[in-house]
Amino acid sequence: MTALPDFAPALPEIVLLIAGMVYLLFGVLRDEDSTQVLSWATIAIMAVAGVMIYRASGATATTFGGLFLVNSFTTYAKLLTLLGAGLTLVMVNSWAHTAGTARFEIPILVLFSTVGMLLMISANDLIALYVGLELQSLSLYVLAAVHRNDLRATEAGVKYFVLGALASGLLLYGASLVYGFAGTTTFAGLAEATKGGADNIGVLIGIVFVISGLAFKVSAVPFHMWTPDVYEGAPTPITAFFSVAPKIAGLALFLRVLYGPFGPMLAQWQQVIEAIAILSMAWGAIAAIAQRNVKRLMAYSSIGNLGYALVGLASGTMEGARGLLFFMLIYILMNVGTFACILSMRVNGKPVEDISALSGLSKTRPLTALALAALMFSMSGIPPLAGFWGKFYIFMAGVNAGLYTLSVVGVLSSAVAAFYYLRIIKVMYFDEPAPALETPDTSTSILIGAASIAMLLLFIVPSPIANSAAVAAKSLFPG
Amino acid sequence: MTALRNFIDGLPILSLVTFLPLLGAGLILAVRGDSETVARQARFIALWTTLITFALSLFIWIGFNPTTSAFQFEERAEWLPQYKITYRMGVDGISMLFVILSTFLMPLCVLASWHSIEKMVREYMVAFLALETMMIGMFCAMDMVLFYVFFEGVLIPMFLIIGIWGGGRRVYSAFKFFLFTLTGSVLLLVAMLAMYYTAGTTDIPTLMNTKFPVPMQYWLWLGLFASFAVKVPMWPVHTWLPDAHVDAPTAGSVILAGVLLKMGGYGFLRFSLPMLPEASVYFTPLIYTLSVIAIIYTSLVALVQQDMKKLIAYSSVAHMGYVTLGVFAGNQQGVQGAIFQMLSHGVVSGALFLCVGVVYDRLHTREIDRYGGLADNMPKYAFVFMVFMLASVGLPGTAGFVGEFLVLAGAFQANSWVALLAASGVILGATYMLYLYRRVIFGALTKADVKAMLDLDRREIAIFAPVVAVVMWMGLYPLPFLDVMNVSVTELLNKYQAVVVSTSTADAGTVGGSLLAWLR
Repeated sequence: MTALPDFAPALPEIVLLIAGMVYLLFGVLRDEDSTQVLSWATIAIMAVAGVMIYRASGATATTFGGLFLVNSFTTYAKLLTLLGAGLTLVMVNSWAHTAGTARFEIPILVLFSTVGMLLMISANDLIALYVGLELQSLSLYVLAAVHRNDLRATEAGVKYFVLGALASGLLLYGASLVYGFAGTTTFAGLAEATKGGADNIGVLIGIVFVISGLAFKVSAVPFHMWTPDVYEGAPTPITAFFSVAPKIAGLALFLRVLYGPFGPMLAQWQQVIEAIAILSMAWGAIAAIAQRNVKRLMAYSSIGNLGYALVGLASGTMEGARGLLFFMLIYILMNVGTFACILSMRVNGKPVEDISALSGLSKTRPLTALALAALMFSMSGIPPLAGFWGKFYIFMAGVNAGLYTLSVVGVLSSAVAAFYYLRIIKVMYFDEPAPALETPDTSTSILIGAASIAMLLLFIVPSPIANSAAVAAKSLFPG
Repeated sequence: MTALRNFIDGLPILSLVTFLPLLGAGLILAVRGDSETVARQARFIALWTTLITFALSLFIWIGFNPTTSAFQFEERAEWLPQYKITYRMGVDGISMLFVILSTFLMPLCVLASWHSIEKMVREYMVAFLALETMMIGMFCAMDMVLFYVFFEGVLIPMFLIIGIWGGGRRVYSAFKFFLFTLTGSVLLLVAMLAMYYTAGTTDIPTLMNTKFPVPMQYWLWLGLFASFAVKVPMWPVHTWLPDAHVDAPTAGSVILAGVLLKMGGYGFLRFSLPMLPEASVYFTPLIYTLSVIAIIYTSLVALVQQDMKKLIAYSSVAHMGYVTLGVFAGNQQGVQGAIFQMLSHGVVSGALFLCVGVVYDRLHTREIDRYGGLADNMPKYAFVFMVFMLASVGLPGTAGFVGEFLVLAGAFQANSWVALLAASGVILGATYMLYLYRRVIFGALTKADVKAMLDLDRREIAIFAPVVAVVMWMGLYPLPFLDVMNVSVTELLNKYQAVVVSTSTADAGTVGGSLLAWLR
């Protein structure tokens, strides 16, 4: 009998998994609706896991026969994922007050998919990667269709599932090609096998398939078709969750896979990522212009933002990784704040999603309007707000890597994108008031306020975050 | 004097002047009470804040040492140490007077908005004070990233000012203003990042001494040009300006014409010329061409305008054409003239917009034909308007003359044909301004509602008196202004001229060189 593996590096994930199962039992056995209780409990256990991850930071370890890796990079990415998931659970909690369709499975599914994301981030082998990815994806499919009596939600769920399964298939096929030509699935072994460069055409085709699969999971153009429908069909807090946590995990995985095992083939995959980035930035900016539904608009906005993050990825440098990690933190905060505003868009007890519902918000609810305006200016990357630094770091990495075309397309798309962010400000400030929206509850107000204040503070003092992103990025480049 | 200087040197006076308006904005936000009280308090706090800021900024001038080209009143703090980006402030002879210009115009704007702004007064004043911080900060920034932050930050308050308190097609104009400028500035951002990559720093004095490789310079120059040309604005990217001016509230137009347009000219002087001299020489024919087109074409367009603000907006484009011409003439007269022209245009065009505001407040129209014969019932107004009209035309003895004369003298040395064409713009300028003046002020006083208009009240006299004084001072005794910039400009041009001489011989075979030779 072989000795048991070392559980210590994976302890946070194990704790989360056990908690998830206990919560599930609790929810089933309890008679009344326990969405709110379980939301808080999930936030609490995520906080515990976060503290555990933070306390173990700095160390590098592998376990489970090298399938699972922990280092500064995974620490940073996991904390970001937990932050995003935790903040959206706060929204789930206040949404459950008002929605009749709340179900206790929602926080638990969020928890399970978060565990999947953490596993993805730590994956050190193509098989482990796939397992984590599927745990995440399956939970997300169910979450997308959680309004099971709603036509849009069911459509979104089915669409997401079918396309998602296809993407998983692509990824798995790519992984099998890579295995067939390189003879191994471990990241360390692959890095050794690809060292020679591009002469291995089979591996190259495999990489393209893997990239396609991952691009689907982070909804990069041209694999984005599901995004607007799912964003529209899912309840707002779930949409918020979709827009932050899976993106971080997906991008972290992108970084791990492309900079690690396939790092030596930078020249080959760089073109693919560049193309995806250009398409995402441009399409995210252009397609959003015509949107009237604020959630669909945010879907395209997230596609565009992902394009910016891919510029950091495409640079293939430590600076690019640092920019991407910094950008993602800002992105989480902006998105959480914006979705909290969307969550508070309710008239007579019913949620409204049309942008025109925000008309004259500056007169009916000046503080919310101010906060949302700050978030929108931040999204367009205008100083003095933190969104500026996000783009600054990304494009700095792009320019330093000599990707001038990509950077110019990127900044021009950001100017186009500014148009629709401004339109929200225009509706709030320049238009005559529409029926007043209801006052949001305390936790939503705190989210909105905190996110917008964070935009200002992180602009003035970006150094601490930039430093930890730098440490995380450094551990991607061992030696 | 030394005691005073020591005292001033001890204060972080530039940061103080920059962020004092923001402090005032915070105070305004803290005011509680019903909307009437809040509005009154907001007006007074804004007025006092801007007055104190102006008074403080005068200490910069008093303490300024005009015998050196170095940056003065330097302040430095770490901002992003790992990227070597610092919070570094300082002024030299080129930027100092722009700070004064900004602080000088601000109290006038607050006064001009005293009665004409009725809705959301608190927010209005906060937006204006935030705008002041951005403007002053931009002229003081000694780090390119810091510069960019202020440069771009201006967009937010100005967008809101046009969009919320504007008239007519305010939403369209606000978007046009924002998106034109933003598109230009993001290209500046890319150029800035490339410069940072090459030089390893964004420190402006260091960048000035960095030699960028020549093929790269052309691209960098175009990136900067995209941003500054929109801001100036140069023909053909000037189309946002008439719209923004027409639809902005009076004070918004004053700041737009008075200060925001100067950011472009300042950018050329601070970045393009000293950091990218070879490219600047290479592209000089382009700038000459666009400037001459701006001067002649927009003057002609101004001639046929029916809307007073639009007319003055087009005249601004023409006057800023002299600025770009002077900057790229690359000699002492040209550059000093350009800076002086920016200052005088800042005061004069700002004042002209205030003049339009006066009659607009009374009759709520800017259509020229609706007026006529104001000399009879508004003699004080007619006098004030005349002073600024003549200053805009460039009559000797007013501020406008000195700048235009110096620019044309500089341009003549560089290229006599360009100077000849530009000089014809002076005539056109006189034509459209006098034509405007005749239609508004002279003629028969027939219309009943025009007859009922009252002359300037005490508040309005308080606004105009200092501006008239400054316009006459700048025209009759411009030496204090020219002295401030003299040494800094000489230093800038010493380096630039060395490059001009070396490239004009080396470049003879290229397209740009032959074009240059042909233009000579």
